[in-house]
Amino acid sequence: MSNNQKKQLTPVQQEYQKLQKQREIKRPVVKNCIKAFLTGGLICLIGQLISDFYIYYFDFTEQTAGNPTVGTLIFIAMLLTGFGVYDRMAQFGGAGTAVPVTGFGNAVISPAIEHRSEGFVLGVGGNMFKLAGAVILFGVFSAFVIALIKTILIQWGGL
Amino acid sequence: MLAGHRTWIFEHKPVILSTGTVGGPFEANGAIAEDFDLLHADLWLGQDSYEKAHKVLFEEACQKAMEKGGIQKDQVQFILAGDLINQITPTSFASRTIGSPYFGLFGACSTSMEGLALGAYIVNTKGAKYLLTGASSHNTAVEKQFRYPTEYGGQKPPTAQWTVTGAGAALLSDSGDGPRVTSATIGRVIDMGLTDPFNMGGAMAPAAVDTIEAHLKERNVEPSYYDLIVTGDLGQIGREVSMDLFKKHGTPISEEQYQDCGLMIYREGQPVLAGASGAGCSATVVYGHLLNRMKKGEFKRMLVVATGALLSPLSFQQNETIPCIAHAVSIEYGGDQLT
Amino acid sequence: MIYFWAFVVGGLICVIGQIMFDVFKLTPGHTLSALVVIGALLDGFGLYEPLIDFAGAGATVPITSFGNSLVHGAMQEAEKHGLVGVLTGMFEVTSSGISSSIIFAMIGALLFKPKG
Repeated sequence: MSNNQKKQLTPVQQEYQKLQKQREIKRPVVKNCIKAFLTGGLICLIGQLISDFYIYYFDFTEQTAGNPTVGTLIFIAMLLTGFGVYDRMAQFGGAGTAVPVTGFGNAVISPAIEHRSEGFVLGVGGNMFKLAGAVILFGVFSAFVIALIKTILIQWGGL
Repeated sequence: MLAGHRTWIFEHKPVILSTGTVGGPFEANGAIAEDFDLLHADLWLGQDSYEKAHKVLFEEACQKAMEKGGIQKDQVQFILAGDLINQITPTSFASRTIGSPYFGLFGACSTSMEGLALGAYIVNTKGAKYLLTGASSHNTAVEKQFRYPTEYGGQKPPTAQWTVTGAGAALLSDSGDGPRVTSATIGRVIDMGLTDPFNMGGAMAPAAVDTIEAHLKERNVEPSYYDLIVTGDLGQIGREVSMDLFKKHGTPISEEQYQDCGLMIYREGQPVLAGASGAGCSATVVYGHLLNRMKKGEFKRMLVVATGALLSPLSFQQNETIPCIAHAVSIEYGGDQLT
Repeated sequence: MIYFWAFVVGGLICVIGQIMFDVFKLTPGHTLSALVVIGALLDGFGLYEPLIDFAGAGATVPITSFGNSLVHGAMQEAEKHGLVGVLTGMFEVTSSGISSSIIFAMIGALLFKPKG
């Protein structure tokens, strides 16, 4: 909530919010951070193992192993989401499950599964990106701006 | 009869002839499972979508209530009910099956008492001989609409609540034996500027306090008149904050007397965070568990205060605050009743 | 050694996300969008590739690497074809994440029912 909105609160509202804050169960920030660290670290570790597997057993290099690794992790996310396990892991791991690319996969796969009752076109297709769309939008747009600026600086400024 | 500004006193004391309560798997595992007429083992109820299952919940609750009351569906004058789903489609579609004239209501989680208050008024003024009223909710249908897809990995904070999968319906009549509806106080929309949709209890508590204090004043009774003052779904936080407000205002309500349906329906150990919520929460707990205890003679007078948060997913995205409402209805059985 | 750093760096990026959840009360959508933009910025300054060399999957698995890949793809094409390359090159490096999400989401919708 912005400070502007806070100033528009009446004295009664402000007083109540102070009272309510005392009773509000605080989020266990430190515990959540530790759980996120462990969960996220574990997922990245598994990613590293998968990456090495592709490098040693297939013809991938360190540069190109990223793509099949990500694909494999999202496949695993599909299984965990479909079997109803991912959301329980996420209640424990928080950002540890949301930040890795498995979280992105889960964000696309879960609405697809959920909205099947509305059909494949309007339900699955229409809702698939309702959570992940923002990530794609801001990723692409910020990359565009950054690459544009950098390219212009290189061409004109000899960076 | 109107008492004060927004309280109705029902001189003819409409009777709750019978009730029907239906629940889902979580409720079957909960603290008051024996007080449900029907419990389901999964969330689908043999349907192919959550919303259709939601409709079946309410249909079954109404059918149970009519069955137990010995009434056929064409004897029911009106259905007054609602739920949380967009355009209250589950309740409307259930009413299509039942076939009686229908008033669709929306009070979010306060719908159960909104329906009971209006229903009692209609029966009291001889506007109906038999009337069905109730409310329902379905955990995953509500999550899909208000929050995230059910399999999405979103971490819920400790202030969040668990939506009940359940429906409660009551059959009201002008005569017969059963607990009687004696008065009702209608809530105003109260907004204390809170914005967190994962902390409904904190947002709704002021509405509950406002309605309870207005009721006590306008009906001219002390809190001790009631054996039980029970809120719909304030949960742990909302209950504690409202007790703080009562103390601040000098309203003598005791801890033992002041209960919350959201804290009664589930056991310790079920992962419900701050408590249960949903339109079906107050409906199933009151029309099942609490009325059963009342009929056994455990207590004589209770004030049920169902609380609702009147937000939508869109209003939250538009940075709106959360306005809330609470409706209070008094139910009495045995013992001296005020006229 | 890389396993250790993959664990630690990946874990730390997730802790930053958790702080955004719990202290700044941001939604997952806001948090992940912010992290993607940060990844893009870091690659703009040439800092993300060294992080990948150092921490391996600890830098490629978190969503920040998505921002990095997008900038990388755009820059690679821009070097060859100038400004137009910024548009054409963007998804070259990063296609796997998005296409596998879409494909597996469809397969998931065909195979699974939500469990609640």
